[in-house]
Amino acid sequence: MRTGLLAAGGAGMAALFLWGMAGLPPFGSYPGPYGDLLDSFAVGERKATDVVSAVNFDYRGFDTLGEEFILFVSVAGATLLLRKIEESADGEESREESEREDRQAGRAPPPTSDATRAFGVALVGLTVLFGLYMISHGQTTPGGGFQGGVILATAPLSVYLAADARTFQRIAPRSVVEWVGSMAAAAYIVLGLAAVVLGAEFLRNVTPLGEEEKMGSSGNIFWLNLGVGIEVAGGFVLLLSVFIEEALQRRLRRESR
Amino acid sequence: MGFFQIGVFLLVAVSALGVVRTRDPLAQSVAVSFYGLVLSLLFFLHQAPDVALSQIVVGAVALPLMILLALSRIHAQDEERK
Repeated sequence: MRTGLLAAGGAGMAALFLWGMAGLPPFGSYPGPYGDLLDSFAVGERKATDVVSAVNFDYRGFDTLGEEFILFVSVAGATLLLRKIEESADGEESREESEREDRQAGRAPPPTSDATRAFGVALVGLTVLFGLYMISHGQTTPGGGFQGGVILATAPLSVYLAADARTFQRIAPRSVVEWVGSMAAAAYIVLGLAAVVLGAEFLRNVTPLGEEEKMGSSGNIFWLNLGVGIEVAGGFVLLLSVFIEEALQRRLRRESR
Repeated sequence: MGFFQIGVFLLVAVSALGVVRTRDPLAQSVAVSFYGLVLSLLFFLHQAPDVALSQIVVGAVALPLMILLALSRIHAQDEERK
């Protein structure tokens, strides 16, 4: 009975799907005027060879402001939900002590393998470099702040995998990450308001455009990508650190029982 | 659509089926990561490199990572309850 229903539904779905596919315009055809207009203007007007970035961070910069804050709010929400329920009163000293006890009782976390360590260390430099490249060249080639930010955030993650939670917390202290991330998010609005102060519309591209195909060109597109990249990286590192901190905390709680 | 695009399109369909048919959440997070990677290849072949990059970053890295972290949390909570 169930299989019959599934088969009937699946056949109907496939038929509709194929019918729809048959009516699609050929690959690459584009009827609207907007895309062709932008294609012909973006390079000359904004010195941006990646028109997608020019749309996201300039012509439609206001929409991206909303997108950035969707991420900001969801990170804030996740942090709030996973916040530490009980603050450990005795702090760092007892943490080290209980970890030593853990080791003696044979409950230490399994040691990281040499392969993971070596690979993690090798990956850190590469991901940082690639992330920075991605963020700083959003206006010339595909990529930009959102993608580069996540790539950047995987660097502390590989540190965590290669070393331990303590090292992760040392290279990415939570208070610093929170602060830098929020400031970078705010920078988007500040840059938008700067245009208003100068007498133009909110988020108009008022910074120097520079030379096309160069790093730092396209004015606002570059600076907004930089801000978004830092904010996204900060947001993801914050999420990671919340989870990692909680894992540490839990081990200690279990210990104290 | 070219030969290559149809091939990747079918691969997307097969790996989507794989994600749905996987029962264990841990294995499913790996399956969904692979699915994200294949989907990004499809976007790339349709001349949307920007979207493909976002897809790799979100679909193949961020989403599986969040699932893994959530799973480890649930697992640890279960352990604590015992």
